[in-house]
Amino acid sequence: MNSLAVEVSGLVMRYGETTAVDGLSLTVEPGTVTAVLGPNGAGKTTTIETCEGYRSPQTGTVRVLGLDPVREAAQLRPRVGVMLQSGGAWSASYPHEMLRYVARLYADPLDVDALVDRLGLGTIGRTPYRRLSGGQQQRLALATALVGRPELVFLDEPTAGLDPQARRATWELVEELRASGVTVVLTTHFMDEVERLADWVHVLDHGRLIASGSPKSLTSEGAENTLRVNGPAGLDVSGLLTALPGGTQVVEQAPGLYLVSGTIDPALLHAVTGWFARQGVLLDGIGVRRRTLEDVFLDLTGRELRS
Amino acid sequence: MTLDFAPRPGAAPVRRMVLAQTVMETRLLMRNGEQLGLALVIPLLLLVAGTEATRVVDLGPGRPIDIITPGVLALAIVSSAFTSLAIATGFERRYGVIKRLGTTPLPRWGLLVGKIGSVLLVQIAQLVILVLVALWLGWDPHGGAASYAWLVVLTLLGTAAFAALALLLAGTLRAEATLAVANLVYVLLVVGGAVLVPLSRYPEAAQTFLSLLPSGALSEAIRVVFEGSAPPTTSIVVLVVWAAVAAALTARTFKWE
Repeated sequence: MNSLAVEVSGLVMRYGETTAVDGLSLTVEPGTVTAVLGPNGAGKTTTIETCEGYRSPQTGTVRVLGLDPVREAAQLRPRVGVMLQSGGAWSASYPHEMLRYVARLYADPLDVDALVDRLGLGTIGRTPYRRLSGGQQQRLALATALVGRPELVFLDEPTAGLDPQARRATWELVEELRASGVTVVLTTHFMDEVERLADWVHVLDHGRLIASGSPKSLTSEGAENTLRVNGPAGLDVSGLLTALPGGTQVVEQAPGLYLVSGTIDPALLHAVTGWFARQGVLLDGIGVRRRTLEDVFLDLTGRELRS
Repeated sequence: MTLDFAPRPGAAPVRRMVLAQTVMETRLLMRNGEQLGLALVIPLLLLVAGTEATRVVDLGPGRPIDIITPGVLALAIVSSAFTSLAIATGFERRYGVIKRLGTTPLPRWGLLVGKIGSVLLVQIAQLVILVLVALWLGWDPHGGAASYAWLVVLTLLGTAAFAALALLLAGTLRAEATLAVANLVYVLLVVGGAVLVPLSRYPEAAQTFLSLLPSGALSEAIRVVFEGSAPPTTSIVVLVVWAAVAAALTARTFKWE
């Protein structure tokens, strides 16, 4: 059981002129929740779909649960659950019927009624798939990915289009999957989702792996944190600067909002509040702002809008 | 009931998978009003109208119901094996159903068997109803039990040929184009494909060509069978060749996504 759940090495995938995946190597440890992040067009879906056996690697190799997803598909398919980004159900089918049908393709499926209840699909019994809301369609797709009791699931943007309650329910479900020993690979654009769920993050851009690590290690790596201080507007903060260690910077970013950046530690916090006390200024608020995964992501992939 | 997500992966026995697929496809086929109209309402209307048809078209010597019934049976086979199947499969591709099923344990041949199985189930209902209505309208078939046995054989052969053509169409064109072409072909066959009007009523120059079409071959064979003879070998050969060629082309060109 020590072998990797997913092992991609040197993967190259081209569509005509476009190179979707450009020499990508990554691994997924069994029993983890691994997030694949990247801007649109970074190669996430192509990579995931190659792991799902939809296409053969043009260069490089892909192993899923130690098997070749194309040549050993028959052995692999019962063990892997797949949630596509969209579609995947007959437009006239009812959610219950669809799920019961998919369950019949597996040897030892989950209890369909319990799964329907769990995902809040119980009330939409006689609504055909095409009339379901986007969120309901997403939850049905998730249910069909899980119903066969897979060891490994690929979830392509599992919470896109969900309301906050449904997102939280999905997160709890993913955590429960991990607790039950299921390996989860998911793609997403929501950083809070990654920070909450993922044990490991792979950041892709232009078909390459540009960063990899736990969410914590990514956000603390070379991180410059910020102290946010709210108080009266227009204070002369040059005096504050001299009271602080070298390399620290202070700016009044907006009237009454002062940002202190540098190495934020207890001593610095003490020095800052001490200076304001000596000025006889009562602060409205003070807080340490940590670098978020979103900051890391934008630093890595750039802030400009992609076409 | 609590859910235990602990992995217990495994494929169902192949027979159960194929049965599940057949049942699901049949339920969806029956749910679709247009398909049902195509499969049953139009053939029934033609059957009733056919008895009055001599005023419009000269069907040749004999009672109109005896002439029109074999043609209507052939048309029913074409509508379910070709038109319905092509349209349903086209939209399955479009909505990612076939793509999604590609990652389940259901083998691809199992998907095809399920589709053909659902077509055959629908055809049993079609043919039973149409034969009963035709008999009630006064149809007087010859050949007894053997002719009905031949009808089963010809239904299987015709379904093989037309289903392969349907998948060829649905596997290569977009869903909308498949819908248009499948309906157009259906109408063209009704009007001039030697389905309803017996081959012998067509101009001599056209007869050879029409008898080489799967529609002409199927209709003519059913006609001959209910006149009390064995079906012509040429009709059987024509259907087998169409089935083989279309199946080979489908296997090469069908795109699952």
